[in-house]
Amino acid sequence: MAATMALPARASAGSRLRRFLFSQEGILLIAIIVLFVAVGAYNQRFLSANNLSTIFLGNAYIAVAAIGMSMVIVSGNIDVSVGSLIGVLATISGTIAVSGWPLWLAWTLPILAGMAISAVSGWLIAYLRVPSIVVTLGMLSILKGGLISVTAGAWINNLPQGYHLAQLRPLGVPMAVWFMIVLTALAAFWMRYSGFGRSIYAVGGNAEAARLAGIDRARTVFIVFVIHGFFAGIAAVLFATQLSVIQSTVPPNLELTVITASVVGGVSILGGTGTVIGSTLAAILIAAIGSSLVFINVSPYWLRAVQGLLILLTVLADLARRRKRARHR
Amino acid sequence: MASAVAAPGHQDRYAGLKRHEVILLFVLIAAVAVLAFRSEQFLTTGNLLNQGRLLVEVGLMALPMTFIIITGGIDLSVGSIMGLCAILLGVFWQKLGLPLGAAIALALVVGALAGFVNGWFITRVGVPPLIMTLATLALYRGLAEGISQARSVRGYPDWFFGLGQGELWGVPTQLWLLLFFFVISAIVLTYTTFGRSLYAIGNNEVAARFSGIPVDGIKIAIYTMSGLMAGLAAWVFVSRVSTTRSDMGTGLELDVITAVVLGGTSIFGGTGTILGTALGVVLIQLLKNGLALSGVKGDGTIVVIGVILILSILVSDLLRRQRGAEH
Repeated sequence: MAATMALPARASAGSRLRRFLFSQEGILLIAIIVLFVAVGAYNQRFLSANNLSTIFLGNAYIAVAAIGMSMVIVSGNIDVSVGSLIGVLATISGTIAVSGWPLWLAWTLPILAGMAISAVSGWLIAYLRVPSIVVTLGMLSILKGGLISVTAGAWINNLPQGYHLAQLRPLGVPMAVWFMIVLTALAAFWMRYSGFGRSIYAVGGNAEAARLAGIDRARTVFIVFVIHGFFAGIAAVLFATQLSVIQSTVPPNLELTVITASVVGGVSILGGTGTVIGSTLAAILIAAIGSSLVFINVSPYWLRAVQGLLILLTVLADLARRRKRARHR
Repeated sequence: MASAVAAPGHQDRYAGLKRHEVILLFVLIAAVAVLAFRSEQFLTTGNLLNQGRLLVEVGLMALPMTFIIITGGIDLSVGSIMGLCAILLGVFWQKLGLPLGAAIALALVVGALAGFVNGWFITRVGVPPLIMTLATLALYRGLAEGISQARSVRGYPDWFFGLGQGELWGVPTQLWLLLFFFVISAIVLTYTTFGRSLYAIGNNEVAARFSGIPVDGIKIAIYTMSGLMAGLAAWVFVSRVSTTRSDMGTGLELDVITAVVLGGTSIFGGTGTILGTALGVVLIQLLKNGLALSGVKGDGTIVVIGVILILSILVSDLLRRQRGAEH
């Protein structure tokens, strides 16, 4: 796995713009704009404030979860249990809220629980060297089965006043969207400039080189999973607090949507490259595609096929780009 | 991932595998004893035969999955291929008006084609199996959902239920089918060049290539087989439950992979047997049944499967390390 990291070179403003436009982030931004313009021209209701709010408020938590997932994938691992984890944590949050505990506990305990559960997966993967696909596949069924057997699928009603954090609108923008923007910016900055952030890329890009550089692979992977649990926790709270009723089940296919966002966002599935800005843009794009299907009279049942196709195309483009880069050297 | 595992001698590996299967057999006997003690209905011929009927779909898919995991690959899309084939079987027959036999055959072809697409991209384009089949997990299920529009197909003629609900010489019909493929797979894996090549690929793919083994062709073949078996499982399943829905087989890849891994096939490739897989399939089904009989609800049992999946890998890894230390 002789993957290399793209070194950001010093460049003039013009070539920097060109570089951005051809980067995964640039392509996604253009795709989002084109989609909104095209679908909006076809059916103006797509651009109504109401629909835009549904797209962004309803899917911001996916972008937040994709931040942690991106780190996991950059480190050369994967987590297919994230959907079940978010389902479990959202139920924990709702249960705390209706049992009369202070609201801030309903917002923070799920995050701690997310970190704890993800730490278990991370420990098995990092220190006992069990492949991440196996651990998280097992975790998926443990969390999903556990959730249904404990709650018997009962819905959580009568959520208290003031619980709905995601729906608050400071400066007119839903809180969930603020979370998405701020967390993406912080995580992007941290991954790019902090020592630990760089070490995630190193471990995923070239484990041997990382080891020689004195990076503790196991520790890095373990911490990445704990951080991933942190973001899953926030995502779960945003998910739970945007609903008026919490169904104690796992949102179907959530893990696939989150993974799709990361992969389509340019996080190379081979590890070592990608940014969380890309994954957030991809989450917005996927949400917009999902919403636009309705407005262009295509059955929403095709959404998952579109998602699968998107993953496939992105992975193929990634492989082609790597090959081209390798040939240029 | 390609850590240079000291290639164990042929003799040693055989002994180790035997040990795993013997352990598994003891676990199986212990499980049966405990379950028989806890529920009177468990150890009856009727119940056991019925459980045999229920495990056939997972069993069919676990056979090629064993081949795939031995080569160091994985196929996460089998559950989705099963759903797609099930839907197409119904659609070809009811919507396109094909004879049911032709519809079945076409659905099987689609299954093989779906597997072929996986294998082609994995070998010719170099997409890692995990990612390729994760993408097609979404894609094939998405196609099933899009084609069916969440409508089910029912009203099949009576003869069609023979496979899934009938009996032959007192044993559920589909068990014979599974037994047939089980024997074939075991022979292929143990006694043919093709089968031995799978181990070679899993142990050291580069060395296998240099030895003149047609690695790409073999990989395409096993992924195609996996798709075909998922199609066959779809046929058995639709025939058993009398109806077709697009969510059929959702999450079944978990059961299949767990059975294979529990059966002693290393997730890192290079080792594994069909007998082990068969024991794994039976053990999982009996556990599910036993738990259900002792009052655990359907979804509670998947917790146990998840735990078994992780534990069996930890234990086999531990055993392998211990064997490594002995040498």
